[in-house]
Formats: sequence, structure tokens, C-alpha cells
Amino acid sequence: MILAVAIQRFQPERPEASGRRKFEVEAGPEERLLDVLVRIQRGLDPTFVFRRSCGHGVCGSDAMIINGRERLACQTLVRDVAAEGGEAVTVEPLRNLRVVRDLVVAEEPFFERYRTVRPFLIAPDAGAGDRERRQTPEERSLIDDATNCILCAACFSACPVVAGVNPRFIGPAAVIQAGRFQDDSRDRGFAERLAALDRPEGVWACENRFACTRVCPRGIPVTKLINMAKRRIAEFKKGAGRSPS
Amino acid sequence: MGVPAGVVPHEYDAVIVGAGGAGLYAALRASGRVRTAVLSKVHPLRSHTGAAQGGIGAALGNVEEDRPEWHAFDTVKGGDYLADQSAALILAEGAVEAVVDLERRGLPFNRTPDGRIDQRRFGGHTRNFGEAAVRRSCYAGDRTGRMILQTLYQQCVRNEVAFFDEFHVLDVILDGQTCSGVVAVALATGALHLFRARAVLVATGGFGRMYGVTSNAFASTGDGPAMLARRGVPLEDLEFFQFHPTGLRGLGILITEAVRGEGGVLRNGAGERFMERYSPSLLDLAPRDIVSRAIVTEIREGRGFPGQGTSGDYVVLDATGLGKAVLEAKLPDITGFCRTYLGIDPAAAPIPVLPTAHYAMGGVPTDDLGRVVPGTPGEPYQGLYAAGECACVSVHGANRLGTNSLVDLVVFGRRAGDHMAAFAAGSDQARISTGDLEPARERIGRLRPCRGLPGPTPQTLRERMERLMTDKVGIIRRGPDLAEAVDELEEIRREWLGLRPRDAAAAFNVERLEILELGNLLDLSLLTAASALGRTESRGAHAREDYPSRDDDRWLRHTLARLEGDVLSMAFRPVDLSRWTPAPRTY
Repeated sequence: MILAVAIQRFQPERPEASGRRKFEVEAGPEERLLDVLVRIQRGLDPTFVFRRSCGHGVCGSDAMIINGRERLACQTLVRDVAAEGGEAVTVEPLRNLRVVRDLVVAEEPFFERYRTVRPFLIAPDAGAGDRERRQTPEERSLIDDATNCILCAACFSACPVVAGVNPRFIGPAAVIQAGRFQDDSRDRGFAERLAALDRPEGVWACENRFACTRVCPRGIPVTKLINMAKRRIAEFKKGAGRSPS
Repeated sequence: MGVPAGVVPHEYDAVIVGAGGAGLYAALRASGRVRTAVLSKVHPLRSHTGAAQGGIGAALGNVEEDRPEWHAFDTVKGGDYLADQSAALILAEGAVEAVVDLERRGLPFNRTPDGRIDQRRFGGHTRNFGEAAVRRSCYAGDRTGRMILQTLYQQCVRNEVAFFDEFHVLDVILDGQTCSGVVAVALATGALHLFRARAVLVATGGFGRMYGVTSNAFASTGDGPAMLARRGVPLEDLEFFQFHPTGLRGLGILITEAVRGEGGVLRNGAGERFMERYSPSLLDLAPRDIVSRAIVTEIREGRGFPGQGTSGDYVVLDATGLGKAVLEAKLPDITGFCRTYLGIDPAAAPIPVLPTAHYAMGGVPTDDLGRVVPGTPGEPYQGLYAAGECACVSVHGANRLGTNSLVDLVVFGRRAGDHMAAFAAGSDQARISTGDLEPARERIGRLRPCRGLPGPTPQTLRERMERLMTDKVGIIRRGPDLAEAVDELEEIRREWLGLRPRDAAAAFNVERLEILELGNLLDLSLLTAASALGRTESRGAHAREDYPSRDDDRWLRHTLARLEGDVLSMAFRPVDLSRWTPAPRTY
């Protein structure tokens, strides 16, 4: 089929080339939208730029807005988007992050907020010792969903709180990454992470709007995990600082 | 020295190029001791280590008896006796230590009922020197590589390692045998950066993008080894390139060997479990070179499923016997890939598969401390290291076993990080002169934007390279094909010199990046084809129709291929056989 791809362009060095541009390109229904975008860039317009790497939904490079919703271009098949838009598809950069060029956004503010939650195992003997620690399959399963996060920033882009009410909200992904350790039976950093989490820009900014859950390309129940994080913090504070982990 | 105008200077003790598992492990080890910087073409969490699925082999013996010595033997035999045997032992012993270290740093391994790291079967991993398959692969669902990558990155964040994300390396500064830094371009601005360093580690990963159908990421373009080859470093054993037996048909997306480890079987168009005829004892868990050749043979002899339209015949990976529960608990990503890309549920329908270009056994020759060695005889370079897929220790010999890529990068990434930190702490920064930047400035300076230039485009040259490598330097090879591939790749390399980007922007100039990457892939393709043409025997992943047998008398040795300008030359290095006598390789 001939797919009409409308791309929201931003060319800082050629402002006249910015704005919505349409490309018509031959595409097979089973192809990834990523393949189509690569064909546009390599064949039709080499000035069109976007990030990509693994091509199958595990590296998180090619999150973008496709037909109005955050998705990974490599996880989106032509037949699905064509069906939505009558053989036409619109592609835009992620929201809530500054656009650098075309679909490339500045990721650093996203990763900066990620780093504030101390997203690493905190344990007095983390890097020492010569024997594995025990963790039951049940304890391990508590963190399974959160370890599935690939930090693609789709949730950050979709979050209505970041977009409006509280632009300094650390965002869904940062909370998930914190929770991944808060709920890990091996971690001892619960209290240490509260500085980032237990404040108006932390977990409490979330308003349960579920946009993150709807767009997560890994199918993580993001809002549910944020609510679990809220509950655990509330319990921790009620328990007068007794570490729950 | 003063740096030329427009070049941004930096100075560190240790500079690591590449932020996959090897680079990050090295960074973790070095960062506690010396000033350490990591340069990466993509954000570290996007590195291709994150695509590794099935597991990391280590003889923990958590679920049945196992020993590092058995793991080392399997590695040597799996590599068709071309692996260096002392290094294979270091690999197997280091694996146990590294897996425990990763666990202690937070890696979320799947667990046994009593809380220990769970282990499962993988191809070519056996108990007691080949008796039967053993459970050796430690895993985190089917996202083991991603969990290794994330765990190491998290720990680097904790150590406040200096990251330079989206920096593309152009050149390494070498004065004779001494390395003193690297030159890279910042993709966000297009500016050149000079990183002075007392020690440099090249850990840029693989180069499967030489082929049209590959499991490898777009970023896997061999920037590190190609850059070193241009500086006169020979590359070792490039003729050994692994095709993973089970790529999703058409797309080449990896379907982990763990599907077979958990009980999945390969079937041909008649429904036969054809591996019974090729590997009576290990069956579907035979090493990858054997399984890939079996698939090609089945299809060539007309026993595949008929392809439709442009896609050729194929076989299937039948995982319907595993049941929904096992698939969802232990192989959730694979289940998702099948659903997303093929619209099938692997619990209900078999998965159409074909071999996919996957892994370079060869690469930059190093010793077991990660130091780059120019060949034989030779003292190591001073301050120059390589680790991970881009390096060749050699532990994989002629064919890598499943899980051993992750083992390689954690074991030798760690060792390289330790050694480079100690070396950097005890040495002085070598002088750099303006002339040292010239090759990088020339390479990128030639790519001045030019619109409407007649002649080939990057895309036409890339497609020619991919087709040549697939058709003539693939799973089963013939001398005349390889000779043609060498000739045509030399021609494509000449045409590459005429490429100019049409995009004139400084920021995120992807076209310019892709021209540079293509240049790297072409150099590595040529060296791969030439090495394959030279080796007149069949061993491991290198199968020659015109030389079907292994020839230990002539070829039990490593290839060292050098490319100086347009001139190819070959040298050789003996194999370390200190432990086991080469024997016929049967499974």
C-alpha cells in the first residue's frame, strides 16, 4: 500500500523546513513503522532525523507520538496504524521534553529526575561478599513488573501532571524505578529515597489519571505501582521509621 | 599542546568507548580508583547488551552438579578447538564470581524455590565433558542482558561515572605502541571532542549490520574495531561469524535459545524433529553453528515450509509443548514478540524462524587482561584495551556457545577495567600533538555536505554490502563466491570515498553518522570476506563447501587480518592448547 506519513518536523538550522511535512511511501502491512521511517530518512529526505537502535521494543530509543499516542515505532505495525487513519499516519516528537531536531527530544531532564530517586541497590554489602543472597520467588515476583521498564519516556510524555499541574513532578518512570528498589527484599535504602519521593514533586504529584498505564509499551501497570509506592511510604511513616524492607 | 580551534578538550585517566556490559563493568571497576569517562553512541541503557535474552552461563551448581572446568571444556569444544584454553578457564571461573557480584549489586535473577539463582539448559552446555545437557544458564526471565545492563548502569550512576552520551568515536590516538586518547564527535552539536587519557578501552560491541537480516541493533556497526584496524591493529578470526538459528522469519529478531532450553523443538515442513539426524545426543540444543547449518540444509533439500511472496522457505520452532504458564513466566518477551510481529501465540502455534546474523567471534586481539596485542610475536600496546564482542581473547574460537557472550563481557570487561585503572594510576599522560588529530579531522572533514551529487547514495552501497555478505559470506561458503565478495567489497569501498551527506545540519546529522558507520562496516566486511577466503577448511561457524573438513594440520591457528590502505595481509597466531587435545567434534 501507499502510506501517507505526516511528520511534525523541527529543523533549528532551517526554520523554513519546520512544521508538518507529508511523505508518501510504499509500505507492507506487516512492516514496522520504524522500517517506514528509516526508508523515508535514507531514501526520501536525509535531513529527517529520529533515534532508533534495537528495532524490537527493548532499548527504548524510538518512543514517539504515533496517531496522537505515545508508542515505540519498532513495536507498531503498518497495518495497525493504517487501519486507524485510513492509510495515513501522523508522527510527532514526545511531549514534555524539549525538541532538539525533528523527533529527537532532549532526554537529559528525564534522566536527571530518574537519578534523583537513587535508582540503584542500596545495601551495606552491595559490592562485596562472595556468595549470592537468597530471595524467594515470591519476593522476586514483587519487582517483576518494575524491572520491565526500559526508560523510553513514553509515560513522561503522556503524563498530564507533568504537562500541566506540576511540571516538576519526577514522573511515572522515576517512581517505578524507585519502587523497583523499595520493593526489593535485598535493598536497605527505603528511607534514603524518601527525599525524592515523599514531597509534592514526588509520588504525591500523581493524580491517578492512568495516561502512563495506557501508553506503556512494556505493558507495565504504572499507575498501580505508583499507588503501591504511595501506600508503602504512608505505612513507613506511620510505623515511626521502622524499615519495612 | 593547545587543541585546534573548534575541538573541545577533556582529560581523564581512563576513557571507555561503549556503554554495553563490558564498558559499564570496566567503568564500575575503574571509577572507584581513577578519573573515568564513558563515551557511548547511544544512551547507555539503549546499548545492545540489553537485547540479550536467555541467560548467562556460570557453574554455580545451584540446581545440579556443575564445575567451571566443564564449562571451559564445553566452550573449547563448542568453539571447535580454536578457543585459547587458558582463557576459556579464566572465563568459566570468572563467570561464577561475576554472576555473584551482579546478584549482590541487585540483578533480579529468577530464583529456585529455596531462593537461590535459578539455572536452565542452553545449547552445548553439558555435564562431565559432554555426557548430557546441564542447567548452567542463570537468567532473569528472557531479559537477562537488559537486567545486566541496567544493574551495571545503576551502579555507575551510584559511582557518579562521567558519561558522554551520544558521542561517536572517530579515532584512537596511537603513537607507536602507546595510546593517549580518543577523538569523538558529539552527535548533538556535531563538534569534535578530544579525550586525553592514560588508558583507553574499546568496548563498542558487534557489527552484525554487515548483513541484511540480523538480530543486531542499528548501532552495531563495529566502530571500535574498524577504527583500530585503520590504525594498523590486525583483527583476529573475523571469518567466524555466528548465525543464530532462530531469528523471527523476515525480521531477524532474536528468539532465544532458552525456548529450546525449556523444551521447544525445531521442525521442518513435514513436521519432523530434524535435529535428530544432525545431533543425536544434544538434538535441538546442539551448538548454534550446527543447528543453523541443519536448518539451511533442510531448506536446500526441499524440506522447509514453503515461503510466500518475497520471503523464502523456513522451518518452525515449536514451543506449544511448554504451555502458557512456562511461556509467560520464563519467556514473556518472546511471547510478546510473536504476538506483536507475527500475530501468533507461541503456546498455540509454532514460530516461523530462520537463521539471523548474530555475533562476531573474532575482533580486536587481546590478552586475558584485555590489553590489545598486535599479533605474534608482540608486546601488548600500552594503555590500549578492548573487551566484549568487539574483542577476541579468544574464548569463543570458531563458534560461541549460547550465554557466553554475556559471560565474556562481564568477565573480561571487569578484568580490563581493573587492569586499565592500575595502569592509568601508574603512568603519565602521553603527549598529544596537533598532528595526532589529523586522521579524525580528515575523515569527518571530507564529509562536507553536498546536494545533488551524482553517483551512489549511502543506501545503495549499504544494500550492495548487505546482499553480498548474505549471499557470499553467509552460513555455507564457497571459494569463488568469497573471492567475488572481496573484489566487490573493494569496489564498494572505493565508491564510499565519493559519498557526501546531503544534510548540512550540525545537530544530529544522522546521514553523516550513517556514512561513517557504513565505512566501518565496509572495512569489517572486507576483512571478514578475506579471512574467510583464506581459511581453506571448515571449522565451527566457518563452513566451506569446497573444503568440508576441519584441517588441524594446517588451520589450527588464529587468523590476523590487516588492512593498510587498500592492501590486505594475513598473519597467524598459534592456539593455546594447554589443557585438552583437539578431538572430533560430535554431539
